Amino acid sequence: MGQSEEEHLTGQQASRITYTLESSLDSVNKVEETAEQMAKKAGIDEDEIFKITMAVREAAVNAVLHGNSYDPEKRITASFENTGESLVIRIADQGKGLDPETLPDPLAPENLLRGSGRGIFLIRSFMDEVHFKQLHPGTELTLIKHLGTAQTGS
Amino acid sequence: MSMKVTTRQVDGVTILDLSGRITLGEGSVQLRDAIRDLLAKGSKQILLNLADVNYIDSSGIGELVSAYTTVRNQGGELKLLNLTKKVHDLLQITKLYTVFDVKDDEASAIASFNRA
Repeated sequence: MGQSEEEHLTGQQASRITYTLESSLDSVNKVEETAEQMAKKAGIDEDEIFKITMAVREAAVNAVLHGNSYDPEKRITASFENTGESLVIRIADQGKGLDPETLPDPLAPENLLRGSGRGIFLIRSFMDEVHFKQLHPGTELTLIKHLGTAQTGS
Repeated sequence: MSMKVTTRQVDGVTILDLSGRITLGEGSVQLRDAIRDLLAKGSKQILLNLADVNYIDSSGIGELVSAYTTVRNQGGELKLLNLTKKVHDLLQITKLYTVFDVKDDEASAIASFNRA
């Protein structure tokens, strides 16, 4: 269902795993599960795991649905890295590109009853940092959760 | 992984007991179909029991909003019952908590529907 590579950086606890996946809902679920496992492994508390998992799922849905439009020729790339200080998740698509500045505000009264348009808002709400990068073609989202604030028992 | 829908009738109100996930490609479509079927049958007083919905994504939130507006546009009412903390929090941050009529007791929820 895709390629994966795993690299363990020597001398540190940091590790990174990268998947290249089809533009499908199965891929969304795989990315979501990987994020959940990564967050659990990092000792993050349950509420934060939910937020991270959901943000990553939303980013993957955006990549598959809005970016690649389920195009079987296009792939999404998802990489997961625990730097020791942060969880860094990057999700990239090969679509037309996304300008976050042009997205309507889902909290504006005139948009509250819209049936869509909340994904990026939720990602921003749930992560500590969110960065957009244009890939020409495509978009890469970088989602960052700082470990200091999210871990249990520390 | 997908959502399960069970339908009950109590005092003229249709209760949909939902369990599982309301997400893109899983519960979203089932919810849309269930609401469409109810409206086609003339059932317009609808209570969604979300007690066993443990996960909802932006697609699921969008589907709840669409269900709400679709029912309302046809002269009916759609209310939510028994939100889990996660769903409650999601509706809070998306400012939808005050849009929906949210109940936490089934009997009083049923009593609150308008019956013309």
